[in-house]
Amino acid sequence: MKEQAICVVCECAIDFAPGTLKGEILVCPECGTELEVVCTTPPGLAEAPQVEEDWGE
Amino acid sequence: MSKDRIRILYTRLRKEEKLLAEASQRSGVDFTLEDVRDWVMPQEICGNDIFLCRCIGHLQNLEVARILHHAGARTVNAPEIMEICGDKIATSSILKKAEIPQPGFLVAFSRDAALEAAGRLGYPVVFKPSVGSWGRLLAKVGDPDMAESIAEHKDHLGPAHQVFYIQEFIQKPGFDIRAFIVGGEPVCAIRRYSDHWITNTARGGKTEEHPLDKDLREILCRVHDVIPGDFLAVDCFLTDSGLLVNEVNDGAEFRNSIDPTGRDIAGDVIALCSSLLKRKNLKRKEKKYSGPGTSV
Repeated sequence: MKEQAICVVCECAIDFAPGTLKGEILVCPECGTELEVVCTTPPGLAEAPQVEEDWGE
Repeated sequence: MSKDRIRILYTRLRKEEKLLAEASQRSGVDFTLEDVRDWVMPQEICGNDIFLCRCIGHLQNLEVARILHHAGARTVNAPEIMEICGDKIATSSILKKAEIPQPGFLVAFSRDAALEAAGRLGYPVVFKPSVGSWGRLLAKVGDPDMAESIAEHKDHLGPAHQVFYIQEFIQKPGFDIRAFIVGGEPVCAIRRYSDHWITNTARGGKTEEHPLDKDLREILCRVHDVIPGDFLAVDCFLTDSGLLVNEVNDGAEFRNSIDPTGRDIAGDVIALCSSLLKRKNLKRKEKKYSGPGTSV
């Protein structure tokens, strides 16, 4: 059975693909919020941090 | 003591960090993926681990690398390379000293001086933050009125924006070039097409392979001579008078460069880290046999 977590904004159930890792960013298919994987067992999501001024390459 | 390994450090797990982990897995080298937001530093460094610093924030990446470096660890890239690449003024100054072709640039420290600098370069010019990426807060400025507005806005954005980096605007042939250097060796290059004057794959746009020809190789090697990073992405403009180096990046994103070039960039980076790991182990053994001493 696929593991699922709940979007913290719209409460939509989101599938965790096999190999999902902590720190990955998922986009909620319902509300479009960027979500960060904060835990894989059990699956947990939080709103992803906003882009900071010094982010990038 | 645990086995020496490549430690891939991150704060936001992008496609690139996953590709680096997959490449490590394929090569059979021991590795870990570590979210440094869980860390408290400094921490004891054991063994000869290689730290591949991939934090998304420049300052966090730099400080992590700096602390590790001073504790005797080998980081990829080295903190002094991050310092240069993370600051466009430092990069441009080093390129200028080495007489490596780049767009004209001037730096000013007040609104009035910024306007004078823009006028001296000749409109249009580009106002860029000295620290920043993904094309954020770049402003193409066409005349003195616009320059005045931008300078005033920047003046209110805090101290980091009161250092004005102003660059000559280069008319591109619809694309710019991004080239990768791993371990001093140019490995591949792409063209980044965009209808917008900013060509950055983080902002979308089409990519295709650009040949690593003699001119490009030569300028990349010159860049690496003065900014000797382990893993660099160099952005260039192709002009009628030749190549100009626009930026040198130390925390390169490369997901959009693999398909067009067919190059396993993550594999190249991991191969480099593995060779550094072997070299460190060799040194440790040599040290062990040459008499008393402490390895880090």
